[in-house]
Amino acid sequence: MRVSRTIQGLGYAAPTALFVTVFFLLPLLLVGQMSLSDWPLLAGDRGTNAPENYTDVTASTLFWPAVRFTLLYTALVTVVLLGLALLLALLVQESRPGAGFYRTVYFLPGALGLASASLLFWGLYSPTTGPLSRLPQHLGLADDPVSFLGTPTSALLSTVFLVVWKFAGFYMLILLVGLQRIPHEVYEAARMDGASRAQTFRSITLPLLRPSLALSLLLCVTGSLLAFDQFFVLTKGGPDNSTVTVVQLIYREAFQRMDLGTAAALSIVVLGALLLLNALQFRGLRHADES
Amino acid sequence: MGSTTRSRGPMNRLVTGALALLAAASLVTACGSGDDSGPRGSGSADAKGLDDGSKLTMWTRAATRPQSEALVEAYNAGHKNKIELTVVPTDDYQAKVGAAAGSRDLPDLFASDVVFVPNYTSSGLFADLTGRIDALPFAGKLAQSHIKAGTYDGKKYVVPHTLDLSVLFYNKDLYRKAGLDPEKPPTTLAEWDAQARAVDALGSGVDGTFFGGNCGGCGVFTWWPSIWAAGQEVLNEDGTAADLDSATARKVYDTYRGWVRDDIVAPGAKDETGTTWTGVFPKGKVGIMPMPSTTLGLMPKGLDLGVAPIPGPDGGKSTFVGGDAIGISATSDKADQAWNFLAWSLGEEAQVDVVAAHKDVVARTDLAANKYSSADPRQVTVNQLVADGRTPYALKFGQTFNDPNGPWLTLMRDAVFGDGGSLEKDNKAVTASLAD
Repeated sequence: MRVSRTIQGLGYAAPTALFVTVFFLLPLLLVGQMSLSDWPLLAGDRGTNAPENYTDVTASTLFWPAVRFTLLYTALVTVVLLGLALLLALLVQESRPGAGFYRTVYFLPGALGLASASLLFWGLYSPTTGPLSRLPQHLGLADDPVSFLGTPTSALLSTVFLVVWKFAGFYMLILLVGLQRIPHEVYEAARMDGASRAQTFRSITLPLLRPSLALSLLLCVTGSLLAFDQFFVLTKGGPDNSTVTVVQLIYREAFQRMDLGTAAALSIVVLGALLLLNALQFRGLRHADES
Repeated sequence: MGSTTRSRGPMNRLVTGALALLAAASLVTACGSGDDSGPRGSGSADAKGLDDGSKLTMWTRAATRPQSEALVEAYNAGHKNKIELTVVPTDDYQAKVGAAAGSRDLPDLFASDVVFVPNYTSSGLFADLTGRIDALPFAGKLAQSHIKAGTYDGKKYVVPHTLDLSVLFYNKDLYRKAGLDPEKPPTTLAEWDAQARAVDALGSGVDGTFFGGNCGGCGVFTWWPSIWAAGQEVLNEDGTAADLDSATARKVYDTYRGWVRDDIVAPGAKDETGTTWTGVFPKGKVGIMPMPSTTLGLMPKGLDLGVAPIPGPDGGKSTFVGGDAIGISATSDKADQAWNFLAWSLGEEAQVDVVAAHKDVVARTDLAANKYSSADPRQVTVNQLVADGRTPYALKFGQTFNDPNGPWLTLMRDAVFGDGGSLEKDNKAVTASLAD
């Protein structure tokens, strides 16, 4: 009986185990080996050269600026995105007439692929072909077409705008589910005790929403640290290398410099950093739960 | 993409080799045995290759799609061999070729932006075509800058496929309005400067000139001819060191910087990453700017435009002979059939009735004047430029000059949108990348 149950269990787990092995573990091992080898894109494996690829990573003049920029972008996006998502979720949480319509509208951009959305915004922002850049001019607010991607600050903010537009609805959905899990009785009890709206929000909504907030935070931080598509399409790291993210560097190593070894080493470094960060986030959130 | 005969173990290859031996003794060179992955297929006896009804695969990048499609269509219509053309997005092409090379999955024929050819020849992706090319009766008349770019260690690996030259386009209507002679395009950078400013003075949405200011490839393509025209080099012979802060180069940057400073340039130049830079001139609001010759056939009918060579600071003329070169992949077992296409594509019929008929630049200098170009003198201007033009050679070309995060774009932008004070330092960074 016991043995057959074990076999049955293994059987159930086998497809997933196989999937994880083939599509995650083996590639991971290959990347590990690549990162220790001299591996040009066109010529293939030329043998071990450890730890040259790893020292090359930090030797690149773009590396530290890219790390700084990625962290700045992550902080900015996380704050703006989750703040707005929470606001939207609070707006549409009650089942009022029209709430369904607004929920759908807010969520709609999330149904688009990030690359497609980036391309759409690239077209809108374009100073030569886009409609947005000439709008202020036509309204008499500016003398020349506005350059949305022309300066480091405007390029960053324009990209953040795109990402917020694209993902706010998605995080709203996660938070909405969390909000609706909070029992009505708790709110009623608070009202009986004469708690103000602000007090209710601070002492009831936020603490009880913590699991959803934690999940959103984790997804948002991880996703932002791995930002690539939006910058690849909108800015290509420009202007003047001001918006180069870490993942763009991996792409550049592999497909511009055609050096898979260094690209793999950089990937391993990013993976390590992400693991560390996620572990810290989990610990922090667990601590907060226990306190 | 995994069509026809890609997966080959040694056994499979042995069989192929044996069959080929039986079929024709002249095929021996095209079908090596064992695990020899080096370039093969040189010195075949038949200069025209084989047309035996084989199915061939071919890749090209989207940028030169119309030219490739026209050639392949015409070839398929008149031959037993059939080519299946796959067009790959331009930005993904390098990555795709790289991945396919790793898994030995390259098509029989693949074209490449000519500046990336040295990457492929040095990595052994192309088959040696030295004997075949030299046996062509018009070998010496082929665009030599492409042949040179495809020569590695004394062996020739590619032939020109589509030629794309940088030339000045100028709007004759705007020239007339500005009181300029529409038949007198500039012959020096100073004249170009004066004419651009004269057109810009028309105002009401008209601008003097335009360029891709956030696009390294555009800078290479349109700025370097002005430097070459003065007899000044930009790279050393091996492509391992840059000389981009020469006095001549500085004069060129200064002119462009003047245009930016005085707002002679159409809006968007500073942000232009190369995606839309050729779309500005056809709108008819720009006086004069360098453009790719492949866009000549795509210009609006009503636009009265003239074509002129890109001049240097004190005269002279040059052009960047870009476009695609094409070779046979080293792993192809149909080198003779593939060569049949290449040899045909360079013949008079294909060059005149397909290439010239589409207003494109012919790959042979002896066909510069033909029945189509004589109807459009602008085409003769372009065709004749091939002999004055250059294709720069550097193994690290892409990562140095095309990479949007590479050192050349930094130099360009510092020189034209900045004050040009960091040229020496920027040039050193370019050299460091070339010698990487």
